[in-house]
Amino acid sequence: MPAIEVEGLERAFGEVLAVRGIDLRVEEGEIYGFLGPNGAGKTTTVRMLTTLLLPSGGRASVAGHDVVAEARQVRASIGVALQEAALDPLMTGRELIRLQATLQGLPPAAGRERADALLDRVGLPAAADRRVGGYSGGMKRRLDLAAALVHEPSVLFLDEPTTGLDPVSRKTIWEEVRALNEDGTTVFLTTQYLEEADQLADNVGIIDSGRIVAEGTPETLKAEVGNPHVELLVAEGAVAAAERACAELGRLLPPKDGRRVLVEVEEGAAAIPRVVRALDEAGVAVESLELVRPTLDDVFVDKTGHHLEKEEGGSDEEPVPA
Amino acid sequence: MSELARSARVVRALGARSIRQTFRRPQLISPIVVFPTLLLAVQTGGAGAGIELPGFPPVQSFLQFMLAGSMMQSMMLAGNSGGIAFAVDIEMGFTDRLFAAPIPRFAIVLGRLAGTAALGLFASLWFLAIGLIFGAEIAGGVPGALLAILLVTASALAVGGIGAAIALRTGSASVVQGLFPLVLVVLFLSSAFFPQELMIEPAKTIAEYNPLSFIVEGVREPIISGIDATQTLEAVAAIAGIVILGLVLSARALRHRLRVG
Repeated sequence: MPAIEVEGLERAFGEVLAVRGIDLRVEEGEIYGFLGPNGAGKTTTVRMLTTLLLPSGGRASVAGHDVVAEARQVRASIGVALQEAALDPLMTGRELIRLQATLQGLPPAAGRERADALLDRVGLPAAADRRVGGYSGGMKRRLDLAAALVHEPSVLFLDEPTTGLDPVSRKTIWEEVRALNEDGTTVFLTTQYLEEADQLADNVGIIDSGRIVAEGTPETLKAEVGNPHVELLVAEGAVAAAERACAELGRLLPPKDGRRVLVEVEEGAAAIPRVVRALDEAGVAVESLELVRPTLDDVFVDKTGHHLEKEEGGSDEEPVPA
Repeated sequence: MSELARSARVVRALGARSIRQTFRRPQLISPIVVFPTLLLAVQTGGAGAGIELPGFPPVQSFLQFMLAGSMMQSMMLAGNSGGIAFAVDIEMGFTDRLFAAPIPRFAIVLGRLAGTAALGLFASLWFLAIGLIFGAEIAGGVPGALLAILLVTASALAVGGIGAAIALRTGSASVVQGLFPLVLVVLFLSSAFFPQELMIEPAKTIAEYNPLSFIVEGVREPIISGIDATQTLEAVAAIAGIVILGLVLSARALRHRLRVG
């Protein structure tokens, strides 16, 4: 049984179709990265899957339960950490986790024990009795994650869990997500960070303008775009010689500027010694050499014609009801 | 644990959070306590001679007469503050945390109302204490005081339902906060601060039909003269009407919010 199964899911806000009939399938124990720019429909999809928003069309099931007909069972099976950690700044961390335990139906004693254990797990025991309003962004995210785990959910939804965090806090969240997944939790992670999806996800769905434009493992998706290439920075006037030397080794790609030579190499890193020998034999001095692999951004560009980063004039927000 | 017991636990936990939230946010607690207390002090200090007016109900002191009005003012502002706090929860996404939990969703509204009712209880105790400290007698004795406390607490729950409905429908704290002047208008167009018999038209007629007047008189009577069954029943009926209106509006607003996300 898949942990999440979605068929033709749609959501309209008035005339605006925010999610346009998406299909996806997440297997148990998987980390699924839902990648897309701001306003693509990620959060709207998550809100439908977590029963916070009714779909306009299609169907979806989470943990084997329909998100509309069996919403209560879905809510009992999932943990949710939404965008912009929805925490009450006037509560302490401990109060919040205990409240969450009550909401999930844990008996008081079990709730207290679980709160202590989770606060330890996310590294917040010292801050547990301080008000959340005084927490850093990273601490808030960790607390939010702890609250989502209070009932040991089988499926965990994380909506942009590291947006706005510094690199250290981001890595901490990644480690925690990996650890949870190793314990068997299925993770549905939305992100606008390529690296995050690449690092964490077993499978990635790329969404743009409410449609899934690509789906697969990060490696498969990148392989579909093309081979890696070697990027050479050579002295001025040596470009032609470098191109002649490398012509036999692979397809020459359009150069970025007057001092760079780009050679596509099917075998990846294994091609580097041959490139170096050919340049040496041709007497070309190389200032730097780098093997560049396709990224998920290349996949995104290939599928949509634009980069994942916010484009000028683009909207940050998904449509919301008036 | 049965479904009902579990829901009761959730309502209690959310009610406790609501009370903590009010006491930790000065802008929520000060309208409930400070403003009505100051108004009580100013009015009893400046208009105390009003009890000598012909037609003024027989009372021991102007403070004794004013206690019910101050309790009503505090209770209504507690309902308004509860609505503001609920709207803030919606704005910052905290209600999403609650809506994503496997609990009956109306328990979320009831939790908020439980907190508002507790603030109503606090308001009634506060003003009874002030009255007793400054020499006001409770004519109905302990039963009268208990009846006043009960009616104010139930009224807070009723008014809180209206505040919660507006918060759920609009999702905007500033809209709920904008109702503050309206609360005062409704209050001053009742017999909270002035005897109905001494009002002039059209205020007199409005006050006569204002449900708040029935509640005020139900609270005032045990303080100034003793428990009166008719006035108590009229107050209970007015409260029940507002409770039903608040719950119906809240239920509809909740459905709307869940539909639009």
